Amino acid sequence: MSGTGGGLWMEVLRPGALTTLQDRGRPGHAHLGVPRSGALDAEALALANRLLGNRPDTAALETTLDGTALRACGPPGSGVVVAVTGAPCPVRVSGRPVAWGEPVRIPAGAELDVGRAASGVRSYVAVRGGFAVRPVLGSRSTDVLSGLGPPLPEAGTLLPVGPAGPDPVRGADALRVPAPPAELVLPLRPGPRADWFSPASLAALWRSPYRVSPESNRIGLRTEAGPRLLRSCGGELPSEGMVLGAVQVPPDGLPVVFLADHPVTGGYPVVGVVPPGPALDAAAQARPGVPVRFTAAGW
Amino acid sequence: MTRAAGRRAGPGAGPARALVVGAEAVLVEVGTAAEAAALHAEVLRRRAAGELGPVRDVVPAARTVLLDGVRDPGALAARITGWRVPPLAEEQGPLATVPVRYDGPDLADVARLWRVAEREVAEVVGSVVFRVAFCGFAPGFGYLTGLPERFHPPRRATPRTAVPAGSLALAGEYAGVYPRSSPGGWQLIGTTDAVLWDPRREPAALFAPGTRVRFEEAGA
Repeated sequence: MSGTGGGLWMEVLRPGALTTLQDRGRPGHAHLGVPRSGALDAEALALANRLLGNRPDTAALETTLDGTALRACGPPGSGVVVAVTGAPCPVRVSGRPVAWGEPVRIPAGAELDVGRAASGVRSYVAVRGGFAVRPVLGSRSTDVLSGLGPPLPEAGTLLPVGPAGPDPVRGADALRVPAPPAELVLPLRPGPRADWFSPASLAALWRSPYRVSPESNRIGLRTEAGPRLLRSCGGELPSEGMVLGAVQVPPDGLPVVFLADHPVTGGYPVVGVVPPGPALDAAAQARPGVPVRFTAAGW
Repeated sequence: MTRAAGRRAGPGAGPARALVVGAEAVLVEVGTAAEAAALHAEVLRRRAAGELGPVRDVVPAARTVLLDGVRDPGALAARITGWRVPPLAEEQGPLATVPVRYDGPDLADVARLWRVAEREVAEVVGSVVFRVAFCGFAPGFGYLTGLPERFHPPRRATPRTAVPAGSLALAGEYAGVYPRSSPGGWQLIGTTDAVLWDPRREPAALFAPGTRVRFEEAGA
């Protein structure tokens, strides 16, 4: 699987602020201290792969705010087919605007420029056949917390393109461009340590919005400017296992929503869990300053 | 607020509590590190016997075991609190013997704390069969329990910004070996050339939970 298929690859011309390879991650290794990782906006990655006829676990590039630029490389007359999803952004091939959210053919030698996100944070640049770098523990995701997976692409990095699967490239299926989220609403299922916090704090958690902090990253969405959660009991919590979407409360009282690269165990109480799905996907696209509101779920 | 099931029946009898975590996980809580190790072994035994249904991740920790990626956490939590968990047999689990050079920068401090000569640190550590209680912090970093309480050193007042890979370190009830260079506040007593973590190896981690570990003085 690590060959270059028909001798096709993509050369990175401009890596962008933080561009990583991501697939659906490496669940099942948490007991060894290995984070799950994978695309933060899982639905956007799935859509890109669907458009290209790729298997759902195919790796694509995840960009952060300012896109990336790549050159298609291969024998004369060849080319690659790409699709850009996630955060809406201008897409150009050799300087000419092409469709966002649709399969686009790039002839060998041409440049693909994925521009700055118009809204949201993370765009997904998928290629038909996938980026065929060597998987680590079954995944091609780069894990920014523990450094597993392929290194961050730099200018000049050559990314091999894998062989296309049997499924055909599909047209865009009435794709809706997501509107910039005015507010991030996160359904929160209380527990396992909600009883560590004062009832008044918990009431405030539902009542008042926070803001997305600029300190947010692939490990967690940090919040600011909201009510600080106060503990009703003292003492230290011994380290315990954490799930994707866990909302941990460090001593400063401001909730952190753990995303794909979260550590496998943590020592601060988890007040509740945001279920994986549309809400966590939206968290991946929420820019610093966007209001965050927690709503009770799963009672 | 938090949905919990179960009540403690007596020491060593079973889990104290099982807490539902989100839509697809259960956090099972016990009282001690030894009970957590026994519970972890019991979860693995029941999973292998097909008694648990699908579970994506089983994550042991200091006093808990997390079962993540399960279908009906509420029902599973209720079932688990009824378990009787047998205590762990001393020889249960694979044994790794790890050669160590006792050359760490905190060796003298640790010897002073323990009120032993520096060269005796190796004897104290070498006489213990440790057990990997859980992993975290970095892939392949195991939290090893087994050091008697009178030998539990505090963390360093000032963490180091870079601890060399292969450092054998102690902090509180835990011992550990840094699989790669990283910041750290544990007391460094020695160095090993053992490869703690290699994702191309099966298993990738030398110190997987449940593994027993003996540190042997290199060249001794």
